[in-house]
Amino acid sequence: MATIRVQTADFDPQAEAEALTAGRRDVGALVTFTGLCRDEGGRLAALELEHYPGMAEAEIARVVAEAERRWPLLGVTVIHRSGRIAPGARIVFVATAASHRAPAFAAADFLMDYLKTRAPFWKKEHGLDGRAGDWVAAKDEDDRAARRWDG
Amino acid sequence: MKASYFAWVRERIGKAGEEIAPPDSVRTCAELIAWMAGRGEEYAYAFENPQIIRVALDRAHARPDAPIAGAREVAFFPPMTGG
Repeated sequence: MATIRVQTADFDPQAEAEALTAGRRDVGALVTFTGLCRDEGGRLAALELEHYPGMAEAEIARVVAEAERRWPLLGVTVIHRSGRIAPGARIVFVATAASHRAPAFAAADFLMDYLKTRAPFWKKEHGLDGRAGDWVAAKDEDDRAARRWDG
Repeated sequence: MKASYFAWVRERIGKAGEEIAPPDSVRTCAELIAWMAGRGEEYAYAFENPQIIRVALDRAHARPDAPIAGAREVAFFPPMTGG
């Protein structure tokens, strides 16, 4: 049973991790990943994250279902924030629980690669000079990372 | 059908969405993008580089050759940059 949330509010990685394993005796491995907003060398005032409501949750659910098909997972949590996010603040959280570490690590890695290329979110940079900057361009390296899992 | 626009596609068109009624001759996502580009100056700008525009039909990713028949909702957006 996966937990999937898209929200403007911050989240508590520790509490989310504990919720995934609370009361269980079968989990031997818990991997968590937290993505943060960088200041890009001091020039960024904030990132603005736009998303496609309805599809964002549905697409994350499809990616999670694919991860559950590939690895024997005991629990998955994915949280992605939207709205304006300041440097240093959390953007995304992925946690995977499994009996052993290999599927937990692999599934978390896979989930992040697929979220970046398939979940309908877009980042716009706001600079310290007060100007609304550019939309972040998709990176070829993210596409390459996602293609690692093909075949 | 209901059309939604996101990120710079939305900014270039100047609105978040609208009802569209493509003719029956428009059958695939790629043909729909070409038809959208002909709707006016702001649409031509938004769709000037059609191969980088992504399409979702009823909130699921669709390939350029996917048929649009039966879809109630279509969305156009740039490659995603979340995570």
